Amino acid sequence: MKLQQISVFLENRSGHLAEPLDLLAREGINILGLSLADTAEFGILRLIVRDWGRAESLLREAGWVVKLTEVVPVDVEDHPGGLAAVLRSAGEADLKIEYMYAFSLRHPGRAALIFRFAEPDRAVAHLTRAGFRVLEAEPLLAAVE
Amino acid sequence: MLKERWNDAAGGFHPASAPDFLPLERLREVQLRRLRAVVQRAYDHVDLVRQRMQEKDITPQDIRDLSDIAHLPFTTKADLRDTYPFGLFASPMGEIVRLHASSGTTGKPIVVAYTREDLEVWAEVMTRTFASCGLHRGDIVQNAFGYGLFTGGLGAHYGAEALGATVIPVSGGNTERQLMVMQDFNVTAMCATPSYFLHILDRAADMGIDLRDLPLHTGVFGAEPWSDAMRRRIEMEAGIRAYDIYGLSEIIGPGVASECSEQHGLHIFEDHFYPEVIDPDTGEPLPDGVEGELVLTTLSKQAMPILRYRTRDITRIIPETCACGRTTRRFQRVGRRSDDMFIIRGVNVFPSQVEAALLQVEGTLPHYQIILTRDNGLDQMTVEVEVTPEVFSDQVRALEDVRAALAKAIEHILGIRVGLRLVEPRSLARSEGKARRVIDRRDI
Ligand SMILES: [Zn+2]
Repeated sequence: MKLQQISVFLENRSGHLAEPLDLLAREGINILGLSLADTAEFGILRLIVRDWGRAESLLREAGWVVKLTEVVPVDVEDHPGGLAAVLRSAGEADLKIEYMYAFSLRHPGRAALIFRFAEPDRAVAHLTRAGFRVLEAEPLLAAVE
Repeated sequence: MLKERWNDAAGGFHPASAPDFLPLERLREVQLRRLRAVVQRAYDHVDLVRQRMQEKDITPQDIRDLSDIAHLPFTTKADLRDTYPFGLFASPMGEIVRLHASSGTTGKPIVVAYTREDLEVWAEVMTRTFASCGLHRGDIVQNAFGYGLFTGGLGAHYGAEALGATVIPVSGGNTERQLMVMQDFNVTAMCATPSYFLHILDRAADMGIDLRDLPLHTGVFGAEPWSDAMRRRIEMEAGIRAYDIYGLSEIIGPGVASECSEQHGLHIFEDHFYPEVIDPDTGEPLPDGVEGELVLTTLSKQAMPILRYRTRDITRIIPETCACGRTTRRFQRVGRRSDDMFIIRGVNVFPSQVEAALLQVEGTLPHYQIILTRDNGLDQMTVEVEVTPEVFSDQVRALEDVRAALAKAIEHILGIRVGLRLVEPRSLARSEGKARRVIDRRDI
């Protein structure tokens, strides 16, 4: 129901983003979802990978500052209004969304969104009750590989 | 948990430590006798000293009392540089058995010399240093001070040997080998600069080695100023007692002063090095307890007697007697040097002030560097702080908050605006010796 997302601290230098990604690629770790939040000074690279434990320790050993965070993948219908319905429901329950990004599924007509809720457990319970499909981690990760 | 292991004043010190416990009258007698002899020696054999004393119209016979030391001329680092290489030697080369040199940050190094007798005194004061840090025969000492022209390596080496400890002369650098030696040789004590030891700690953490699981119980750290926060971090993360020692090549090398079990001020080996604290602006002596610049006179040096050396280290003599039983005077840990200070937009800034601010926000001291630049004639100060896993967040706002809190704490202490940049760990130049805290890119 929840995924572990890996965040990596990056200085905002050109070409720099490639370094942690290259490292994971060399180790045969596929990036399943990615978002980069950046400011003029620094960036936070957020990654979804299948073997997050190994990815985390590889990055840490290479000297990156890394953090694991629980995020919630939600299945939304891939048409206008699909996302709005989730946002409305979260808003009604007063669930704070810190950020969100898309996660590509290879199923036509469906899309998964990764939500970083302030309270992931309450979010999962609420969204499930409200009839949304909160995705299981394993089948989700399997679906994209 | 800290491993508690050091001996108390009551028992077990190496016999070399006896002068640390002399009755005060006896100590003052020794000092006066030696002061008169060293002034005579310098006057007879060092041209610069004789000229300066003649200019002030004083002779060695004018030294009747310890307080007469205030009439003597100062010696500065510039004097050592100007007389490069051998101008301040008081012994003929035939009696000098060792030379060391310190890397001047600008221009020529300074050269220092030792007779055989000087080397014996050096080994003695370093033995007293290690004894003061609670080490004994049987301890296994990994000496990561640099061997070579720098006085740290060999100074600590002969002292630890004279103590009866087992010395591993690993010298500085090659951090992974340091960790291998530390683990495989059951090292109980480590000598290093504190910033290099922090580097070793970082590397150990990366390699999954917890120093608290090792027999290591004592760290003997010196050669650069370090804060109490750094000490706490080292003691917690390595599970050791971390002692501050003090010395400078111009005087002898390491072995001028050392902390004791109390870890509250450094006892000066003042039967060999006479301390004064002066007002750095006027040169006037200050009473014990008042902060000023530490000035040292070598009382027993043969090859290179140095009168009233301006150390540029800011400290104060702690007037109270120490609970450890030593009668020698203590000075407060040197947090800053008068030449570490820089001036930005008319404000005097010490790196220790920046450290205090960083510590306030983060709880532990992160690696940092201060960069000074000049844009369109206006000085800018930027502090680069390495992001630690403790403050890192997946949220931009949380990191911006950390950045702002750090900048605000520094601005609050210094009273000037500073830039603050969060940087990746290990992106700051970490020399294996002294940490470079300030990089001045202003073209003045
Ligand atoms: Zn003491």
